[in-house]
Amino acid sequence: MSAFERFLESFFNPKLMLRYWPDIAQGMLVTVEIALAVLASGLALGLGLALARSYRIAPVSAAIVVFVDVFRALPPLVLILIIYFGLPSVGVNLSAFAVLWLVLSLVLAAFAEEAIWAGILSVRRGQWDAARSTGLGFGQALIHVVLPQAVRLAIPPLTNRTIAITKNTALGTVIGVGEVINQAQTAVSFSGNATPLMMAAVGYLAIFAPVVALGAFIEKRFAWRRA
Amino acid sequence: MTSGPLAANGAERPILQVRGLVKRFGALEVLKGIDFAVAPQELVFVIGPSGSGKSTLLRCCNRLEEPDEGSIMVDGVELTDPRCDINAMRRRIGMVFQSFNLYPHLSALRNVTLALRKVLRKSRREADEIGRAALARVGLSDKVAAYPAELSGGQQQRVAIARALSLEPKIMLFDEPTSALDPELVGSVLATMRDMRESGLTMVVVSHEMRFARDAADRVVFMDGGRIVEEGTPEKIFTAPENPRARAFVAEIAR
Repeated sequence: MSAFERFLESFFNPKLMLRYWPDIAQGMLVTVEIALAVLASGLALGLGLALARSYRIAPVSAAIVVFVDVFRALPPLVLILIIYFGLPSVGVNLSAFAVLWLVLSLVLAAFAEEAIWAGILSVRRGQWDAARSTGLGFGQALIHVVLPQAVRLAIPPLTNRTIAITKNTALGTVIGVGEVINQAQTAVSFSGNATPLMMAAVGYLAIFAPVVALGAFIEKRFAWRRA
Repeated sequence: MTSGPLAANGAERPILQVRGLVKRFGALEVLKGIDFAVAPQELVFVIGPSGSGKSTLLRCCNRLEEPDEGSIMVDGVELTDPRCDINAMRRRIGMVFQSFNLYPHLSALRNVTLALRKVLRKSRREADEIGRAALARVGLSDKVAAYPAELSGGQQQRVAIARALSLEPKIMLFDEPTSALDPELVGSVLATMRDMRESGLTMVVVSHEMRFARDAADRVVFMDGGRIVEEGTPEKIFTAPENPRARAFVAEIAR
């Protein structure tokens, strides 16, 4: 057996591919589900926090800053382990899926809040002046004038962050969420062969390459000139 | 012309009446006690060196800046009263900015209709109708769908004027409306302002467009160091100001 054949045998074994593809596909489905759930709740919460911070109520802003700093500073894995193994001892039992979703949502929310808040801050004061001078209230000026501009400014950092954090769904494997890596690892331990991991890698490409392309498209689509 | 320089002291109630206005930014006192009134249909020019407080005075008149002391009455309503609904008052006080401040994510028409829809609660159809009429009035019927970035500075400023006009304000405040414009674009904005003046709108204009002031203003106010130092007819202020600083300033901008 040549080196190349050995390489193919241990990374791209057709028999194992055939045997494990349903498991990998099942794992991909779980990964997509978590990623979508994290995306929706993380971005929504981040947006809500950025809006809340706009009102500049000191205790509210301080709480948001603490939340954002903590969740940006801690590795998601640490949070996952703490919540998954810690909460049951105080009587809260969350499924592994729920813990993964919760942690990644909070982490994405923290980064999204920072990106959108930075966007809100970089909208020029004249925009507020113009909106308020026509009688729009603070909230109306925020929603109709400032936020649409802030979100456009936030989109490039936000797409990168969103992709990075949704890829962290792989961390679910340490608490037994049946996502794609978890399925692949199980298959590896049964087969003693790296082929399932290669399949998982291809699965990630299939899921995230379109997301990366979509991110680039969104960035282009929303990159307009300032007047 | 319905009002002369002294109309504000006469029987007719002023649209804008400022008394004892003081504004500080930290330790810096920018307005040091301003008394100022504008009669209905009057066009008042405010001139003065940069840092003299002109823009701040204007911005206090719709409380974009909060005054520290004094009173500001617009159309008989005290703006500094805590019970005053400032958003309701602001739609009666149009404002035009040096940097236009159009909303870059909205078309010219949507720039005009936003407040009509959200503040005056007009239907989309009615707001669009008013918006189109306002844009037609400033000569931009063909730019209804254009975005700010697609318009010249002069066109942007005219959209901004239409945005303020569409709310049918009692008074319009202009904060250096032409100073960010290339010289060849100034004329179109001044023509629009002249048209508004002829329709009887009350206007306060911070600007150094002397030619426009000479043939359109009822009164010119000269500010220096946070105070109104001299006021009078354009004729008087531009040819024979009494105050030495006013004289020096006028000589400087006339060059």
